[in-house]
Amino acid sequence: MVSGVLDFLWLVPALPLLGVILNGAVALFAERPLLLAEESHAPAPYRKLVAFIGPAVVGGAFVVALLSMLELAARSAHDRLFVQVLFPWIEAGGFSAAAALQLDPLSSVMILVVTGVGFLIHVYSVGYMSHEKAFARYFVYLNLFTFAMLILVLGSNYLLMFVGWEGVGLCSYLLIGYWYEKKSASDAGKKAFIVNRIGDFGFILGLFLLFWTFGTVNYTEVFARIPLLSASGTLTPAIATAITLLFFLGAVGKSAQIPLYVWLPDAMEGPTPVSALIHAATMVTAGVYMVARSNALYLLSPVSMGVVAAVGAATAIFSATIGITQNDIKRVLAYSTVSQLGYMFLACGVGAFTAGIFHLMTHAFFKALLFLGSGSVIHALSGEQDMRKMGSLKKHLPITFTTMFIATLAIAGIPGLSGFFSKDEILWKAFSSVHGHLILWAIGTLAAGVTAFYMFRLVFMTFFGESRMEPQVEKHVHESPYSMTVPLMLLAVLSVVGGWVGIPAVLGGYNYFEAWLAPVFGHGAEGAAAHGGGHAPVALELGLMAGSVAVALCGIGLAWYLYRVRTGKPKEIAEAMPGLYDVVLNKYYVDEIYDILIVRRIRDGSVWLWQAFDAMFIDGIVNGVAAVVRGAGDAVRRLQTGMVGNYAFSLLLGAVFIVGYILIR
Amino acid sequence: MEPVLFILFGAIAVGGAIMVVTRKHPMASALYLILTLFAVAALFVLRQAHFLAAIQVIVYAGAIVVLFIFVIMLINVPENKLPVERVTGMRLLGVIAAGLFILETALLARRFAMPAGPAADSGSVQAVGRALFTDYLLAFEITSVLLLAAVIGAITLAKKKI
Amino acid sequence: MEPSAYLLLSGILFGIGVVGVVVRKNALIILMSVEIMLNGVNVAFIAVGSHLGDATGSVFAFMVMTVAAAEAAVGLAILIAIFRLKETVDITELSVLKW
Repeated sequence: MVSGVLDFLWLVPALPLLGVILNGAVALFAERPLLLAEESHAPAPYRKLVAFIGPAVVGGAFVVALLSMLELAARSAHDRLFVQVLFPWIEAGGFSAAAALQLDPLSSVMILVVTGVGFLIHVYSVGYMSHEKAFARYFVYLNLFTFAMLILVLGSNYLLMFVGWEGVGLCSYLLIGYWYEKKSASDAGKKAFIVNRIGDFGFILGLFLLFWTFGTVNYTEVFARIPLLSASGTLTPAIATAITLLFFLGAVGKSAQIPLYVWLPDAMEGPTPVSALIHAATMVTAGVYMVARSNALYLLSPVSMGVVAAVGAATAIFSATIGITQNDIKRVLAYSTVSQLGYMFLACGVGAFTAGIFHLMTHAFFKALLFLGSGSVIHALSGEQDMRKMGSLKKHLPITFTTMFIATLAIAGIPGLSGFFSKDEILWKAFSSVHGHLILWAIGTLAAGVTAFYMFRLVFMTFFGESRMEPQVEKHVHESPYSMTVPLMLLAVLSVVGGWVGIPAVLGGYNYFEAWLAPVFGHGAEGAAAHGGGHAPVALELGLMAGSVAVALCGIGLAWYLYRVRTGKPKEIAEAMPGLYDVVLNKYYVDEIYDILIVRRIRDGSVWLWQAFDAMFIDGIVNGVAAVVRGAGDAVRRLQTGMVGNYAFSLLLGAVFIVGYILIR
Repeated sequence: MEPVLFILFGAIAVGGAIMVVTRKHPMASALYLILTLFAVAALFVLRQAHFLAAIQVIVYAGAIVVLFIFVIMLINVPENKLPVERVTGMRLLGVIAAGLFILETALLARRFAMPAGPAADSGSVQAVGRALFTDYLLAFEITSVLLLAAVIGAITLAKKKI
Repeated sequence: MEPSAYLLLSGILFGIGVVGVVVRKNALIILMSVEIMLNGVNVAFIAVGSHLGDATGSVFAFMVMTVAAAEAAVGLAILIAIFRLKETVDITELSVLKW
């Protein structure tokens, strides 16, 4: 059907990069002078240009990505690996890392998610950011982010992945701190970058260990060498554990798991489309992608698998509990993201990598929709984000309400929608897989119930009931323009049908998704097939499925009761347990604990280094050297008496010694 | 015969030299310097270096010392304003160092035995003249330039107003 | 006779000249001591030259003498110039270039 498109694979990252250059030129030469002049002025013509280029390049990349995937699909299942070398980047002795793009089933799914959801968010941003002064700068950063993310998922070796990894971290900083004049925003940007850095430290060490063990960082080469090196004893389970745990540390930072999740709630300081793109659909999923890509390594180490699953499960439930008390609409969604990412890692940890990527994709759809919807609400309410000041919006914002409701149904795991299929597959695998455990399933199911609860709490508080809006806000409330609502509608459609590519066999469907990803996750599929994709578990699987739906319905029911029927009850409960409520409301004081235990200790250490070590010791040495030189100079200068006789004497002395030396020899 | 004359003239030279170095008034030093130079000229004659002996007397004793005396008289520092020489540690050290130096020279001299060359008449006017105008012609010409420079330098330095 | 005695004499004369340069304060005496040193050197040249039968010794002594003359002239000129400035021939008063 399509052929030759794969040769243009490089366009997928190159188009957003072109966007960066073009928008950057506009930002530098057209926008910046206007901003510096600080006059109020009518929207300038460059805005139309940027509003076109920004989304267009990502849309173009999506088209190329789609065509590439179709061409890949046209090949036979064993042949679905395409590598395009752009240039031989590093050739240093035994180490070579080419700048090459690899298209296989996994990366094709990722680029479609990134460019597809990214395109919709770019379009949405045109409307959402239309009142901003630094319009072009926003799109420069957003395009740059898209470029970096595509490099991350398309790279053919770990080093190129790391380049993208760092790039998205940078763009995250730039975009969170977009309103840098606001101190809380710039602080949040810094927090994100610094906490990420802790994770990156693990990633880099893992990379070094990987290279040291395998001699290469290229994916295909590394995975091909596993059997050989395992047999020869170079690749011991201990080393595999070390590599994978170090990489996981990077994932913990980038994908906001315990203990490095603290940056993501603060990252809500950034514009809402940024939260949707970066902190829901794409950047935070980089960790999941990395673990999935390295599945061959993780499967070598049961310890690492256990750690990944445990951390994922713990994060899922922990973060969900925080979500039930938050009053800022974006904060609820942020904690929800952290929780859902926990699910993805839980999936990877029990060997269900396909399920993890499946949930990544469906989550991208409904979480982006939720964030964009919340942006629409905030935009309609002229900036209000506190849900206690919302209510009755469903009649004012019909499209926003409908789409967000669909997304909430999806995230709660209501059958038929995308979230149901992906979440359920994770829970089933947590229960049944070789690497799974009953406790993991139990935690996951409980978290699902809590998720349903707080998401419906959000919907009820925001859209239903009496209006609690401030009067002047209520006067201006209006539905958002088409540039914002059309992406919402498209994402709603995806949230519904997106799961239909992965309907499990037990429900009578064919899991196209799993088949597509089988070449990459062959092992996971084996694991599932090996231990009885057979008959007895069918009833069990259906039973567990029904159980999780029941739990979700309980959560919804509780939310209905507390926020629609007895609306005063939540307050009563909170007042009945003030201590517990405060702790949960303040996110278990984790940030404060970190501040006391870590941040302040480091800062005190730095102060000591500055005042004691540097000022006294180092400066002492430097000044001491100078003092010694001066002292020596002081002593030696006395030779310069200015008296000829003394000089003649020293000449004589020299002559005596020289002749004496000659005599003695 | 030669050793006796050597010792005689040598003693005069050394004695004169010591006197040069130890007198208070420069005029006395200058006169003793003439004595020393004459003794050295005699030593030259003893070694058959007649030409040099003559030059020594004409140039050294006859011109240089005369120049010295001119300058001493020109400067004409009164007796009471002459520098007072004191014995200091530095000076004692200087004398000792010089003594060491002489000792070393003596030891050095003992070490080198030299074969006697042809008993040629190497110090005569003809021999020196020949050597001067053939082998060492360049050096000879350059010394004339050197003397020119010295003349110009001396005049320029000693003028009251340049 | 052996030139080593002459060399010893040369060394002694040289040493006395050096003592004069190092010890004395009167600039004129210092210049005269330099002349003594040069004479000592001449003795050595002539002694060895005549022993070896080479005119080179004499030629060199000749050069030394020439240079001594030039140096004496210029040195005295400098002395006169300084005397005009400072009214003294004491070299310890000429220690401007000290620390």
